[in-house]
Amino acid sequence: MLAYLTRRLIQSALILLGVSFITFFLLYVLPADPVRQIAGRSATAETVANIRHQLGLDQPFVVQYARYLGGLVQGDMGRSYLQKTEVATLIAARLPATLLLMLGAIVAELVIGLSLGVIAAIRRGGALDQSLMITSFVAVSAPQFVVGLLLLYVFAVKLSWFPIGGYGSFSHLVLPALTLGIMGSGWYSRMMRSSMIDVLRSDYIRTARAKGLKRMRVLALHAMPNAILPIIAMIGIDIGIFMSGIVVVESVFGWPGIGQLAWQAIQRVDIPIIMGVTLVSACAIVLGNLLADMITPFIDPRIKLR
Amino acid sequence: MIEVKDMTTGAAAAPDTAPPVLQVQGLTISVRAEGRERPLVSDLSFTLARGETIAIAGESGSGKSLTSLAIMGLLPPPALRVSEGRILLNDQDLTSLSESRMRTVRGNRIAMIFQEPMTSLNPVLTIGLQLAEAIRAHEPISKREARARALEALKAVRISEPERRMGQYPHELSGGMRQRVMIAMALALRPDVLIADEPTTALDVTVQREVLDLLRDLQREMGTAIILITHDMGVVSEMAERVIVMKQGRAVEQGPVRQIFEAPQESYTRDLLAAVPRMGDGSGAPARDGDAAPVASLRDVRVRFDIRGGILSQVTHRVHAVENVSLDIMAGETFSLVGESGCGKSTIAKALVGLVPHQGRIEVAGHVLGGMKSSDMKSLRRDVQIVFQDPMAALDPRMRVGELVGEPLLIHAIGTPEERRERVAGLFERVGLSRDQLDRYPHEFSGGQRQRICIARALALQPKLIVADESVSALDVSVQARVLDLLAALKREFGIAYLFISHDMAVVENISDRVAVMYMGQIVEMGTRAQIFGNPRHPYTKRLMAAVPVPDPTHRRPPVPRLAGEVPSPVYPVGEAPQRLPLRNLGDGHLVADAPEPM
Repeated sequence: MLAYLTRRLIQSALILLGVSFITFFLLYVLPADPVRQIAGRSATAETVANIRHQLGLDQPFVVQYARYLGGLVQGDMGRSYLQKTEVATLIAARLPATLLLMLGAIVAELVIGLSLGVIAAIRRGGALDQSLMITSFVAVSAPQFVVGLLLLYVFAVKLSWFPIGGYGSFSHLVLPALTLGIMGSGWYSRMMRSSMIDVLRSDYIRTARAKGLKRMRVLALHAMPNAILPIIAMIGIDIGIFMSGIVVVESVFGWPGIGQLAWQAIQRVDIPIIMGVTLVSACAIVLGNLLADMITPFIDPRIKLR
Repeated sequence: MIEVKDMTTGAAAAPDTAPPVLQVQGLTISVRAEGRERPLVSDLSFTLARGETIAIAGESGSGKSLTSLAIMGLLPPPALRVSEGRILLNDQDLTSLSESRMRTVRGNRIAMIFQEPMTSLNPVLTIGLQLAEAIRAHEPISKREARARALEALKAVRISEPERRMGQYPHELSGGMRQRVMIAMALALRPDVLIADEPTTALDVTVQREVLDLLRDLQREMGTAIILITHDMGVVSEMAERVIVMKQGRAVEQGPVRQIFEAPQESYTRDLLAAVPRMGDGSGAPARDGDAAPVASLRDVRVRFDIRGGILSQVTHRVHAVENVSLDIMAGETFSLVGESGCGKSTIAKALVGLVPHQGRIEVAGHVLGGMKSSDMKSLRRDVQIVFQDPMAALDPRMRVGELVGEPLLIHAIGTPEERRERVAGLFERVGLSRDQLDRYPHEFSGGQRQRICIARALALQPKLIVADESVSALDVSVQARVLDLLAALKREFGIAYLFISHDMAVVENISDRVAVMYMGQIVEMGTRAQIFGNPRHPYTKRLMAAVPVPDPTHRRPPVPRLAGEVPSPVYPVGEAPQRLPLRNLGDGHLVADAPEPM
């Protein structure tokens, strides 16, 4: 177990190194010039050259990357070009909000997706199954900003059940978490349905029924844990999908997370922030997957981590 | 058989006088498809007395498993249902019971064990929990009491270390142990009727022997009536007092076991019995002369699989799948490898066609395997072809069968498209299919026909050696007999050699020229068919043969020495290796390993 964890962490570090290189390289070859953003349109060529020199952007790519990496190893993610603040500070201030939002979204998508999937599987072929599957299809296909605005309109504007935007209490969390999670719940309901149908056909379910167990026990104890197994691995991947979703959702709901930060930074070519947010996201994805893999053996005794 | 039972089970007296515990009257099971109802089982009637064993025998599609599910009330709705007839358990009609009432019968008054012990237990729950919940589903007792009862049940099925098994998960147990757990679960509540649906089909023959013995012992103790569903006439003759032979949903013949075996009335029963491979003493057609040249020769072949662990995932253990195997397969001979699961027989087959890396020397049709260029590998594959166990899995469902059979020709760029098609058509006719079927898809064929297609594909390149890895094991006996005939005819016609791999001793005896018996990756005995079957010398060979169920109700089986504990594991830490078993020559090429102390 410990050996496995160590190996996975080393692998994770290598993945992050790769991500940092690719992102840095893409930002380097990007035609947008951060110096122009800082200096403004009316700046003289001399000012521009000065700023470029100050930021070290006149150095060759390898030197720039090595310098960035050197800082990173010491925990220094650099300073924002425009906000003149440590990137680490900026991210640290906003990360809890984003993590909360993602947690909410995971809970929402699992609760909605799994339960609907189980219901559809039990009622397989019936009208309920079909309408649930159509709904899930819509949920998967609907763009997040549309879903977000729709939820805002119905539940915040018309019904006033939840606040329109902002951050601070549980009721602030509900709509953004739903918006972020609704696509996943569509996915999960479909996956859970097919997984559950497979499991319900399996020999050990027949054995459980042949023992004379009650239907609820067969479903909850014998079928569901087995049906969930293939889905756990997906939760890790989800975090990656969320990362693209939070940019939209955080803007729609005014949620003060790193998605907003990233969006502003991209518009202004604020390279240190873009790098920082990308690396933190990559970290979250890698750790999320690791976590999902670590949970699996607790549900499936056949899986041993080594 | 009946006399023996009468002496040992006072309660379960002669079946015809005891009151029936289960009566099936005019049972018809229908499937609804495309708006029409079609019967899958028609008008089946039988009675089962307390303590009696009745066998329902038949080939696939005969409706025997559906019948058992109907008795359990487990037919999958809504497509399948009992459309006519009654199932009376102690005068209570099960077909009219509500689901909740039926639930109290299931597992309590009627219990069932299934064919696949590997998949019949829930992989994520402990053995103890699965046993205890079966008891608690029917009796209002505490968890602690249920666990105690579960432990008792495990002890009753003579499983090793029952206390430890309680906390283990199914994957930690071997197939035989899992089937014991299933039996413990089924019999924990002392049901009136036990339905055993192919209970030993998935098990090795020595394990099958133990499980059958166990079932019989428990039946004597508890007076449980057993419905034994099986395709294996050997198992029928050893276990049953009465037999129902089913074919396509109807009972063809019903009667006492001796009558069915000695004086079958119906031609189908006679054909079925005639097709059953019987093990003899190896006499019959003599083995081929020894002057042929070997098409394949193996010298000290080892195949080991690494098991990795640790931070740097270094190799910590190795599975010693094949250890120092040396053998020659002569041109035009059928060489059989027999042994139980995990003995390494299939690994040899894979090494021989270059599918797994090996150490030692393998020479096939003049090519030495290992470190070959891919072009050499390709020419090797013209000379060696393989036919697998499951024909459905071996045929791409999206290709027409004509394309599948012609594909080897295409890969080796032989002939024009017209010539290829002509040759494929010829192959089809040779294996007993018609050329009109060339453009069909695999799912349109029966299991036996599919295996013929696989054989035709193997023949396409006119190989010198065909490796048949359990190629007839999944087929019904009548189909199996015809496929074996085809293999024999092809051997005579083309002079092909076979490496025939099987766990079925009777089939091996019928088809082989020479036989090697494998145990734990090594050959323990090798010789001509007459030597192995007429004069088995190694204790493992003897035990294998003694364990085979004999399709003859008058047969008295000699007592078999019990295997002490479980089959040992072929996994060794790096640096250790199993002891090499040298083979002694007893004369005329009959080689046998020295027996280890207690086998």
